[in-house]
Amino acid sequence: MKMLLNLRQDKIGFLSSIVIFVTIMLGVFAPFFAPHDPNQVNMSLRYAPSSMEYLLGNDHLGRCILSRLIIGIRPSVLWVLAALGVSVLIGAALGFLAGYFRGKIDTVIMRMCDTMLSFPGYVMALAIIGVLGVGLQNILIAFILIKWAWFARIIRTSVLQYAELDYVKFAKAPGIKDLQIIYKHLFPLTFSDIAVIASSSMGSMILQISGFSFLGLGIQAPNAEWGMMLNEAREVMFTRPELMLAPGLAIVIVVSAFNFLSDSLQVALNPALSTGQKRSKQESLSTEKKEVLMK
Amino acid sequence: MAIYMINRILLAIPMLLVVSFLTFILINLSPLDPAEVVLQAQGVPVITSELLAQTRQELGMDKPFLMQYVDWIIACLQFDFGHSYVTGQPVWSLLAPAFVNTLKLTVISSFVIIILSVLLGVLCALNEGKLLDQSLRGISFFLTSMPSYWLAALMVWYFSVKLDLLPTSGMGSLQHYILPVIIITVSYSGIYFRVVRSSMLNNLHQDYVLYSRACGLPERRIILHIVRNSLQVSVSVFCMAVPIILGSTVVIENVFAWPGLGSLSVRAILGRDFPIIQAYVLILAAAFVLFNALSDIINAWMNPKLRNDL
Amino acid sequence: MTSLLEVRNLKIWDSRTEKIIVPASTFQLTKGSCLAIVGESGSGKSVTCKAIMRLNNSSLQQTGEIWFKGENLNTLSEKQMRKKRGKQLCLIIQNGMSAFDPSCLIGVFAREVLTQHFDWGRKKIEEEMINAMESVLLQEPSKIMRKYPHQLSGGMLQRIMIALAIVLKPEIIIADEPTTALDVISQYEVLEQFKKLRETLGCSMIFVSHDLGVVKKIADEVLVMKDGEIVERGSTKAVFLAPKHEYTRFLVSTRLAVSEHFNHVMKGDAVLAER
Repeated sequence: MKMLLNLRQDKIGFLSSIVIFVTIMLGVFAPFFAPHDPNQVNMSLRYAPSSMEYLLGNDHLGRCILSRLIIGIRPSVLWVLAALGVSVLIGAALGFLAGYFRGKIDTVIMRMCDTMLSFPGYVMALAIIGVLGVGLQNILIAFILIKWAWFARIIRTSVLQYAELDYVKFAKAPGIKDLQIIYKHLFPLTFSDIAVIASSSMGSMILQISGFSFLGLGIQAPNAEWGMMLNEAREVMFTRPELMLAPGLAIVIVVSAFNFLSDSLQVALNPALSTGQKRSKQESLSTEKKEVLMK
Repeated sequence: MAIYMINRILLAIPMLLVVSFLTFILINLSPLDPAEVVLQAQGVPVITSELLAQTRQELGMDKPFLMQYVDWIIACLQFDFGHSYVTGQPVWSLLAPAFVNTLKLTVISSFVIIILSVLLGVLCALNEGKLLDQSLRGISFFLTSMPSYWLAALMVWYFSVKLDLLPTSGMGSLQHYILPVIIITVSYSGIYFRVVRSSMLNNLHQDYVLYSRACGLPERRIILHIVRNSLQVSVSVFCMAVPIILGSTVVIENVFAWPGLGSLSVRAILGRDFPIIQAYVLILAAAFVLFNALSDIINAWMNPKLRNDL
Repeated sequence: MTSLLEVRNLKIWDSRTEKIIVPASTFQLTKGSCLAIVGESGSGKSVTCKAIMRLNNSSLQQTGEIWFKGENLNTLSEKQMRKKRGKQLCLIIQNGMSAFDPSCLIGVFAREVLTQHFDWGRKKIEEEMINAMESVLLQEPSKIMRKYPHQLSGGMLQRIMIALAIVLKPEIIIADEPTTALDVISQYEVLEQFKKLRETLGCSMIFVSHDLGVVKKIADEVLVMKDGEIVERGSTKAVFLAPKHEYTRFLVSTRLAVSEHFNHVMKGDAVLAER
């Protein structure tokens, strides 16, 4: 994987992958890392400043903020990652179908995508939450439902581009099975494209999902989630503004890590980008436009 | 050009129908029985099956599905979106003022965003790779990684609480606009600024710039050419900024207690007030489709190459 | 014969990568003659041309002397240089299709350029342009003036560039691979226009190409460039008949092989003769 090798030479990219890896590990093994029970109420410690025992202090119910932050990785990052994975999978499956087989399947799938994309994503998510009711899992479902079309569209373009390559065409000639061609030739080629788009939408997805939690549409109390913690902190914003800091910074760090990683992946994928001179500008411009439309 | 416009508008109509149909289906997919929701919301103590049947009839739910859709869409065209399940008021009377409030915020913000991002985008592209360019890009990268509601809360705390300069929330005087507009601008201009910048750079390295220079045109004139060409690409993106911001002021409105669509829709979701959600989605989706058509038309008007497509 | 343009020790390098593109070029252009610069892509031909007009990207730096009518172009200010461009030194670039602002009518662009250099009125400009366009065999020039670049073909746009040069009456025309992007027939036509251009204007010309066949038809003198260095120079005849440098021999022999094969296949250039 040349891409990964290139990435290692990029310090920022390397650093952000480490940040992401550490975050994921903290989230997966949260109960081990969390120094206290994140939901344990201790009224005597309300708004306690940071101490040796409670490194980041305590919130309005005296709960350990650090522990809540760590356990909050699960809904704020891990579940978002899972939802992203599912929608990328759906998108990839449909994108490969449409791009590889063309014809009628292509038309039908692309029509579906166009229709989905003609809804503003944010509003669509709100509507789905409105129908299904409040809760983190419904938010995730909403996001899967609105994001797949976008991924399908981009992956199809990428597949189309590679399916035209001569050696892929030649592989078709002697009657090698389609699935084998997709798996052996097309998938490795498109994988890097998929990695770039997935990582680039991760940041905005974390932001949006935490935003919904902030509105009280996501995870319900007493569970910890970063947006939710900010929502709780907001109520005492005028007297205890410092409570806003930790969860907000956590979001900023993780989201920037994902954004930096996506940038580095893009450069690793297409080294010409880093010199800033010649590049397939039309291409990058159109993806940028799509990016804007998805917001 | 006129033909293109008509074609493009005609193309939007089926799209609007599809969008409205999807909206309708979406709400009907709900696991809850609307009749039950209505009765519960109205505080009826005992819900009998007769009462349910009667309410269903009132809501027109005994008709076939497609007929319900036709009835609904005809009513919608007359701005009759039904009545709120919770308060019983007509949806339009709730929606219209909220829509206007959100629109005010959106239009002002879009205006600021467009001016700012064109200005900065052009400036950065002309100074590509220099300190100004790099620092502005760094800042915009950083700002797009920030949750807007968090930034909003921090700014409220600093400007309104600590310095006591601006109102914390609500809508009234012009000062109430300052913080929300800043937050929306900050969280969106990053993207638009990058679009302008990259399309400027794209044009800067084109052959026609070289040739214009070789013909002895002064740099200022050449930049005008470049700006015009790069804005062409950006215009469609800018057009879409209006419906996108319209649909995503939800969080900001919530922070600033802005009496707009966002606040209304969140309340509706929490109260499961389907007619409001339905109308909200329909209006925004329609705005999306219409602005998309508008952006294509403006694009074709500015870019003669595109007119023959479609 | 006096030299009109004299380039001494021209060095061009990329300031970002410190890579030297042209180490030290020295050559001169005799008044009224046509100098061809030959070489494969990446040999520094284009960069040399742009360096004469000081049109390289800002990341490319250049030193040396470029003497044109008693002035060193390399030390002129940007403003003085701009007055020379177009009026005295005219560049014709490779790709006609992308040479014009896509959202600007041809006529509007021509007017913009010409008002820069002459105090002509609208009408006079139109007349001059139409005359020039007719002389390069463009049909219905006034219609073409009201068209966008994408509505015209590459060959037509190339000829519009030549027409603009005719109106500007420069002393040196620098043509950077003007025929490369064209099909064989337009190539032939455009080449004919270049020949005519020299006859009518009596100007000097630097003609960059990697196509020896084209060079043979138009050039008086030839420079052969390889990896930024000039490996061979001399009159066209001498270079073609008795190439000294190994690389030139290679170029000439491959060219001969190709054209012999072509002639063999086509039994003479009947197609071209018909045109």
